[in-house]
Amino acid sequence: MNKILEVRNLSRIYGKGCALCIESTGPEADTNLCPHCGSVVAVHDVSFDLFEGEILGVMGESGSGKSTVVKNLYFDQAATSGQAIFYDAARQYDLFSLNSAQQRWLRNHRFGMVYQNPHLGLNFNITAGGNIAERLLMSDLMDYGAIRDRAKTLLARTEVLLSRVDDLPKHFSGGMQQRVQIAKALATQPPLLFLDEVTTGLDLSVQARILDLILEIQQELKTAMVVVTHDLGVIRLLTGRAIVMKYGRVIESGLTDQILEDPQHAYTQRLVASVL
Amino acid sequence: MQTPILQVTGYEKYFALHEQNKLIPSAHQVNLTVHAGQLVALIGPTGAGKSSVLKGIYRTYLPSSGRILYRDAAGHEIDLAQANEHQVLALRRHEIGFVTQFLHCLPRQATLDVVANPLLAVGGGRKEARLRAGELLSAMNLPERLWSVSPATFSGGERQRVNLARGLITRPRLLLLDEPTASLDPATAERVIELIENLKAGGTAVLAIFHHPETTRRLADQVVELAAPPAIEEILKEIA
Repeated sequence: MNKILEVRNLSRIYGKGCALCIESTGPEADTNLCPHCGSVVAVHDVSFDLFEGEILGVMGESGSGKSTVVKNLYFDQAATSGQAIFYDAARQYDLFSLNSAQQRWLRNHRFGMVYQNPHLGLNFNITAGGNIAERLLMSDLMDYGAIRDRAKTLLARTEVLLSRVDDLPKHFSGGMQQRVQIAKALATQPPLLFLDEVTTGLDLSVQARILDLILEIQQELKTAMVVVTHDLGVIRLLTGRAIVMKYGRVIESGLTDQILEDPQHAYTQRLVASVL
Repeated sequence: MQTPILQVTGYEKYFALHEQNKLIPSAHQVNLTVHAGQLVALIGPTGAGKSSVLKGIYRTYLPSSGRILYRDAAGHEIDLAQANEHQVLALRRHEIGFVTQFLHCLPRQATLDVVANPLLAVGGGRKEARLRAGELLSAMNLPERLWSVSPATFSGGERQRVNLARGLITRPRLLLLDEPTASLDPATAERVIELIENLKAGGTAVLAIFHHPETTRRLADQVVELAAPPAIEEILKEIA
């Protein structure tokens, strides 16, 4: 098995930061807000590896910094410090030292992202088919017929009715919007996919179908995924390994079943006990 | 005597419950050896840590101390208590199976696929994987009309058979069984016993906990009896 992503000492601070930020925040300090300068230490010193075809879970409650991690990796936000290497076949990219054109190229060709809020992942002014076409165009597919065929195949795969290809996303249900987002993210068959709370807020039966779909796709395409969620059920069903975050720090990492059945950290024990 | 597949020495497991500021002993000084084609049965009262031994080997629990030496198909010796996560995941996929009493699966997947999936994951073809899954389910008397349905709605005994079939399909080198026949009727339990005998004959090493002493008598080549761990104060004295 080969490594696809290596993240080392990733940090992200909102605000100007000061010399006391790090020592005054984190799980021990019970806050991510620096009392000296008012900066928010959203993520500090996060490291992990992801292997080809693997699904890694990032769990934690709101404000733990888990979404910030994937937003940094997908270039939605710039990391404050740290390193991330993306291994793509024979090539490797030092993500945070790329220029914005190179970052855009990776986003469009090699990465995919599905957001909790479909407004972030979809363009609501164009149709479902148009959303997928947009991503295909950005990845250099130019032929109209080919684009339309591929869009239809993707929507069929994610179980969106083909009769709705030309409808606007705002006329879709929440679950359907997530399917279109997934189809769009998968359009370029990226080897690396980020999923940020994709089933949060959907009703249970819809959630289950989306999770099923994600697992099926993972088995077919062997896509490596980073799944961010506060939902332990999602973690259990989808992931093989997981990290637990609190106030921007990784407080525990391990095999998913081990974290759920034999959590080591007091916080994880509380988290698991409150659900199971 | 050939080299064992699994050798556990001094395995211990305590749970540190931070919230209650407590240390709970679960397994204490467990030693055992399993050879290829052999079944070792764990017996002992509830609370003696039988499941905790299986979970420690599978690394669902992090062992507190002791060594769990596993000899893999390539002949390398790995201490499962220390192995990294990717090593453990690879061994789970290719060599070590665990059948528990619980089945976690997605609501939409057909039973046949739930069973076939582990074989697909190690590179089998879909058609032959499903064929093999069907054979196992038939062998365990699971009616064919249920194969296309998700096991989410199944009864305890039906789920247990799905779980077993799923655990057996890759013919693991080491199989961990936690009461695999507990909720089966006698006739079905009999079929399961045959399947386990069959696996043993094929060289699989098995470490098992059985609900019925009769099953232990029939299948076990060796029995390891666990005693309930001493109170934590005693253990702490021992360590000090």
